[in-house]
Amino acid sequence: MHLYVVPLLFVMAGLVFYTVLGGADFGAGIWQLISGRGEAGDRVRQHAHESMAPVWEANHVWLIFVLTVTWTAYPTAFGSIASTLSIPLFIAAVGIILRGATYALRSGASTAAEARRIDTGFAISSLITPFALGTCIGALASRRVPVGNAAGALFSSWLNPTSIVIGVIAVLSSTYLAAVYLAADAARHEDAELARGFRVRALIAGALAGAAAAVGLLVIHSDAPALFSGLTSGGGLAALIVSFAAGLAALALVLTESFEPARYVAALTVAAVVAGWGLAQQPILLRNLTIRQAAAPYDTLVLVVVAVVAGGVILFPSLALLFRLFLGGRLGETAGGTAAQTNASPTDRRTPRPTLARAALAAFVAGLILVVFIDVEWGQVLGALLLVACVILGFVAVDPPSLAEREDA
Amino acid sequence: MGLSAATVISLAPTHQHYLLEARQMQALSFMVHIPLVCFGVAFPAMVVYTEWLYLRTGREVYRRLAQRWTKVMVALFAVGVITGTILSFEMGLLWPNFTATFGSVFGLGFAIEGFSFFTEAIFLGIYIYGWNRLSPRAHLLSAIPVVLAGFTGSMMVIAVNSWMNHPSGFRLHNGRAVDVHPLTALFGNSYLWPELLHMYVAGYIVAGFLVAAAYGVGRLRRGTWGRYERAAFAIPLTIAAIASPVQVVLGDWIAREVATTQPVKLAAMEGLYRTTRGADEHLLGWYTDRQVKYGIAIPRLLSLLAFHDPNATVKGLETVPARDRPPVNITRLSFQAMVGIGTLMALLGAYFLWFRWRRGRLPESRWFLAAVVACGPLSYIALVAGWITTEVGRQPWVVYNVMRTAQAVTNVPELPIGYGTLIVVYAGVGLSTLWVLRRLARAPMQSPPEAGAGTTRAAEAT
Repeated sequence: MHLYVVPLLFVMAGLVFYTVLGGADFGAGIWQLISGRGEAGDRVRQHAHESMAPVWEANHVWLIFVLTVTWTAYPTAFGSIASTLSIPLFIAAVGIILRGATYALRSGASTAAEARRIDTGFAISSLITPFALGTCIGALASRRVPVGNAAGALFSSWLNPTSIVIGVIAVLSSTYLAAVYLAADAARHEDAELARGFRVRALIAGALAGAAAAVGLLVIHSDAPALFSGLTSGGGLAALIVSFAAGLAALALVLTESFEPARYVAALTVAAVVAGWGLAQQPILLRNLTIRQAAAPYDTLVLVVVAVVAGGVILFPSLALLFRLFLGGRLGETAGGTAAQTNASPTDRRTPRPTLARAALAAFVAGLILVVFIDVEWGQVLGALLLVACVILGFVAVDPPSLAEREDA
Repeated sequence: MGLSAATVISLAPTHQHYLLEARQMQALSFMVHIPLVCFGVAFPAMVVYTEWLYLRTGREVYRRLAQRWTKVMVALFAVGVITGTILSFEMGLLWPNFTATFGSVFGLGFAIEGFSFFTEAIFLGIYIYGWNRLSPRAHLLSAIPVVLAGFTGSMMVIAVNSWMNHPSGFRLHNGRAVDVHPLTALFGNSYLWPELLHMYVAGYIVAGFLVAAAYGVGRLRRGTWGRYERAAFAIPLTIAAIASPVQVVLGDWIAREVATTQPVKLAAMEGLYRTTRGADEHLLGWYTDRQVKYGIAIPRLLSLLAFHDPNATVKGLETVPARDRPPVNITRLSFQAMVGIGTLMALLGAYFLWFRWRRGRLPESRWFLAAVVACGPLSYIALVAGWITTEVGRQPWVVYNVMRTAQAVTNVPELPIGYGTLIVVYAGVGLSTLWVLRRLARAPMQSPPEAGAGTTRAAEAT
């Protein structure tokens, strides 16, 4: 494998994670939008919110990952894509703002009615964001983005049969994934009624997503023949077969209420479609640009690979911890728990700490002299370190809690 | 620096009528995001310190404070995530040619920043939803990666910005970056450390004064406060009070870095047209007809400050053609605003520290409380003014002396539609955030996540 392909594999992996994790967040928003009024609707909304709140931020960072690795490793392609597809990307960006605002606002909601207004008020963004991002994938897949600063058609690049059908597939598959995940979460919380409700939703959304995918293939056949031939031969075909098989298996698992495995198999269904697109399109990145032509210089590629691998070593154990705590029911807002226990007894410290205060002042003066008057780098770095030490020492010396204890007002 | 100011075109020639609007969109997005960055950097440290106080002393008051601040942190981090996402979209939506040409040089910084962001989001999720569900020690420890990632994230973003101001680590060949060495570009830069520390400390000052100001308002309105409010006031205020004088020294460091490597920016900051030996410093005033009018001149101070020699020669705007000069008054007045406010905050901080040293308690006079309240918004203004100084002062370049902002901008027409939309969306987000913060300040701490915690606020708040 060539080095210039490796970052693209990372990008595709990031896209898969964003689709199956971030996508489910939008899907949860769609269920909040269409789950109706009344107490039953409130319960659905509440469940969708509680399931997503601890993880949505981490799920959305996958998109940032995709963007940053793309513009580092394939800068020309990134500039071309972002300028030609500026309208759908802008729409998606606005949708992401509104979706995130829901979570911010939710923390201030005090009644179910307020929560409902917030959820439905912003849930529309859950519909438009995956659709807009899907149209961008359609634009790339049907080779409508050329190299250049806004060189492609501003509207028909993303408002075309392939884009629209992929946008619809993105919305439906997000909805489907969310229903499966939410059914699994409800089952884990032993809420049989909610689990049943999401089981039905998962079956309906799964059937619709599958139908949309079938229609999509027909549309692609006439609108983007190159993509179609990629999808019906070699690796593209293999991925589609995997997706089809996984889709059937997930349906069977949902039917038999084996929600936990269904979660992963459903994710595989969607992930395989993303992989299939990548396999069908390679080695073409844009209409007139191959992956190799788009790749950044050698040093950059090496560093990107090193950074991503090193980052992954930190990231994946952390993510595993988050999901383990979360799926283990330890982070859900309804989970029980005991208050933190402490054996320490209240202490008062009213005595000032003159030695620390003098040390902080000395660090400040020494740091000032080094930073301002020593015009060599080591002097400035040492001075800066002393200033940092001054802040820490000073904070300990001031001892804010002792100020809180005194009532002299 | 071995770089020619040749035309840099990677994608295509640009023809954008709305360059100014594009810059304003970027500036607006930035002004919305940057205070949230301050909270992302500094607030976790304050919250975890307060939680540590609770574990050490067993006082309920600290637990209630830490939990309330955690709720505020949830809301602010959510808004920070989305406004930060918009900024990364804008790298492509507004400046595709900048990213297309130099993504291979600076992009790595953002890729690493992405991982910092990941770590922050993951552990903040664990911290926020793990209250009362993890062991006290595990819960406290889960905040440490958040604090560290706040630092590395700032470092990466500042590394990119300092590269834009002081570019290196590549050669230009036919408008493409070749011979690219991202590590040199990002981390082998004399701008990095002063700019990073200046911003990082600013984060603590802004978050510290804004939080302290919120409780100061309560004290001024009601006239009394209890241990809870005093702690909530004293902790952030102490941080801001110590950081402010330190910031003056760090500011001097970066200003001298600018004086040597970006003389034209310095000339704009000072309104200096002619290259002058023993240049004067002007306070206030207005730059017009190649000089500062109505200002207070302090002889030779500029030379002394910039080069530690009252007779040093300071380069003026005349050293470059008019088309290579930044707008003077915006740059200069922003710089003066930052320095002026920064000086006031440093004096206020020094007064607080002196008072605490001599009297052993919080100053609670009305003027002091009012001054702290004023420092909340003022610190934000100083922060934005500082960024305007460095960003507008770098114009007309996006990459100093290498690529013009006009060459970086997108060719998409009708930018004002996007600009208008963005203003409406940000106004909505801003109002929503204020609503949430007011709600969180008012609501008793009895909502489900904290069941059993903090039910005695009214009883203790005497």
